[in-house]
Amino acid sequence: MATKRITGSQAVILSLLEEGVDTIFGYPGGAIMPIYDALYDFDKHVTHILTRHEQGAVHAAEGYAKVTGKAGVCFATSGPGATNLITGIADAQIDSIPLVCITGQVASPLLGTDAFQESDVVGISMPVTKWNYQVTSAEEIPDAIAKAFYIAQSGRPGPVLLDIAKDAQFQELDFEYKKCTKIRSYIPEFPVDPFKVKEAADLINAAKKPLLLFGQGVIIANAEDELKAFIEKTGIPAAWTLLGLSALPTDHPLNVGMLGMHGNYGPNIKTNEADLIIAVGMRFDDRVTGKVSTYAKNAKIIHLEVDPAEINKIVKADVPVLGNARNSLAMLMENVQQNKHDAWVQEFRDCDKIEYEKVIQKDIFPEKQGLTMGEAVRIASEKTNHEAILVTDVGQQQMIASRYFKFKHSKSNVTSGGLGTMGYGIPAAVGAQLGAKDRKVVTFVGDGGFQMTLQELGTIVQNKLPVKIILLNNNFLGMVRQWQQLFFEKRYSFTELTNPDFIMIANGFGMPAHKVTKREELEAGIQKMMEHDGPYLLEVVVEKEDNVFPMVPAGASVSDIILEA
Amino acid sequence: MKQEFNITIFSENHIGLLNRITIIFTRRKINIESLTVSASALKGISKFTIVVNETQDRVMKVVSQLEKVVDVMKAFYHTNDEMIFQEIALYKVPTEALYNTDKIEKMVRNAGARILEITREYTVIEKTGHKEETQALFEQLNEFHVMQFIRSGRIAITRDPIERLSEFLKERDAMFDALD
Ligand SMILES: Cc1ncc(C[n+]2csc(CCOP(=O)(O)OP(=O)(O)O)c2C)c(N)n1
Repeated sequence: MATKRITGSQAVILSLLEEGVDTIFGYPGGAIMPIYDALYDFDKHVTHILTRHEQGAVHAAEGYAKVTGKAGVCFATSGPGATNLITGIADAQIDSIPLVCITGQVASPLLGTDAFQESDVVGISMPVTKWNYQVTSAEEIPDAIAKAFYIAQSGRPGPVLLDIAKDAQFQELDFEYKKCTKIRSYIPEFPVDPFKVKEAADLINAAKKPLLLFGQGVIIANAEDELKAFIEKTGIPAAWTLLGLSALPTDHPLNVGMLGMHGNYGPNIKTNEADLIIAVGMRFDDRVTGKVSTYAKNAKIIHLEVDPAEINKIVKADVPVLGNARNSLAMLMENVQQNKHDAWVQEFRDCDKIEYEKVIQKDIFPEKQGLTMGEAVRIASEKTNHEAILVTDVGQQQMIASRYFKFKHSKSNVTSGGLGTMGYGIPAAVGAQLGAKDRKVVTFVGDGGFQMTLQELGTIVQNKLPVKIILLNNNFLGMVRQWQQLFFEKRYSFTELTNPDFIMIANGFGMPAHKVTKREELEAGIQKMMEHDGPYLLEVVVEKEDNVFPMVPAGASVSDIILEA
Repeated sequence: MKQEFNITIFSENHIGLLNRITIIFTRRKINIESLTVSASALKGISKFTIVVNETQDRVMKVVSQLEKVVDVMKAFYHTNDEMIFQEIALYKVPTEALYNTDKIEKMVRNAGARILEITREYTVIEKTGHKEETQALFEQLNEFHVMQFIRSGRIAITRDPIERLSEFLKERDAMFDALD
């Protein structure tokens, strides 16, 4: 490739284009102005979305990455711009989301002088990035960006940050771009060991009560088909983690539901009865395992995992199988026998029946007067024919939506799992909609979380993104209130909110909105929202003191899951 | 049970990497007893030797986290028994004390230490050995008021007849070739 003489800022944009970037989320400021100036000439090639806060930009980039599988890209200026990204970067780090964050930095001669808007962004972001790097000369830019994309998107994905000094943005260089395909100190994934596969297959073939647990690793590795083929051949029931949602259709006969603190009854109690656990692309998070010392004690554990550091981190694996889930499942498939576990699967269905009678029916077809979160979720899922992308914020509404929204397609669940970041939902929906322009994006948010990032309504309206927002208003920081009720003797310490008029707020941003308070209006309200061409906010006033059940109380065993208080 | 472990890290020689490595310890509230970094025998590759007092389980997990760092090539851990290790200590004592008695000379001789420099005012003594040994000499010399004392971090070499890093590099190259 012929080289040409351009500025560092132009090199940033051209490098992003070389990586196939079509959308950038960002917010300008002094130290990144040269890059924004270069961007001005490329508006035909790349869309820049101006969010209303850098936290919005980084969550939007996460939403984009979740639905596309590609790295989300965001820009911020030095100092406060960069520090505003940190929450989203930490979120992406714990949820393995590929991000390339580019921050402006003061000119290199000023580094370390407490210059205006100087902050040590490389230092601050180090614990929450997969890799980061400070660029102080223009020549470094193409290689640094190539490396950034390679690291963010390979192996176990994660966020990377490039901090580019302002003088490097102005300097000229001879531009030539070469994608990065190898770093000598970095092995993104190990080849699958056929001996381990054989060992795992032997356990699988001999198991009487096997249970497969799958997480986001399946989605990241594009292993959905392999997973489905594997469980269909072996007849093994499969349960998803919060981040594994949508990797298998909800109604698949072997999908036995969600693990974890507010997951389904069956997979939680059956974890402790299973004689074999096959964990695929999941990391035994404490919200999944409950008390680890009593977790899955009757089972041998097979762990299919791309990240060696996850092996034996929480739960000791009898057979660890390193490698990406797609390769390892495909190899396992060749070594396992066709089988059926009908009686065992039926035990899950019996649990479902108990859960339905004790919990689900009351949640999604309530007879009491007040509205429930569950019925709103059920109707929203039905009205979109279970084809929509679900975005959630954090709290009760997140758990209820994860429990009752149904999926037909993978990469359809956008939520903050590991970090539990309130304020994630609205900006993540921005990115999800831009990453999946032809799909319906339905966002559930609580009245608390909504008020953390509601300014992004402005971004939604400015860019005419047809995001559907369902604000489930219980007038409380609901999830915290639930814990106060159950574990702190109903001492509701600072969890009640005096809320603004949400309809006026949406309208103020130029977004149509409607408020529903009665059951008779709910279905029509949701229908109207879904039919509306453009963004829409529906406020659903729900019971103030409803709780999410079932629940594995913090520190209890998964088999001690409770169905009611 | 906690015991002393030697963690050896082979890495790129990049700015900020020391920070990336130490935060892995800090986050888990593990104290670093000693840390040495310098160029290794491999061109461009640095070698860290970090000593911690921890349980084997925690050390194993820290080592896997260290290996996740992009610029880290490989990390190992070893008990003290599995390694030959040394520290170096320097002592500055008043030269006057050497004139007045032959005690210091005897201490130096018995400890296998050596004298690096003698001036009118001070004498600098050097000793290599384990911490207890360099410490013992300090206690003895301090009778004559040691003016300055410094001990290096630990450096260590495995007793293993197999060179595990070379083995690893061979495996890694084969893996990269397979990927190409
Ligand atoms: C940034 C942040 N701050 C605090 C919390 C702790 N927290 C978890 S859930 C929750 C309540 C959320 O309330 P709301 O947004 O109204 O949703 P609800 O639970 O009522 O559905 C809080 C405060 C958090 N997860 N994130």
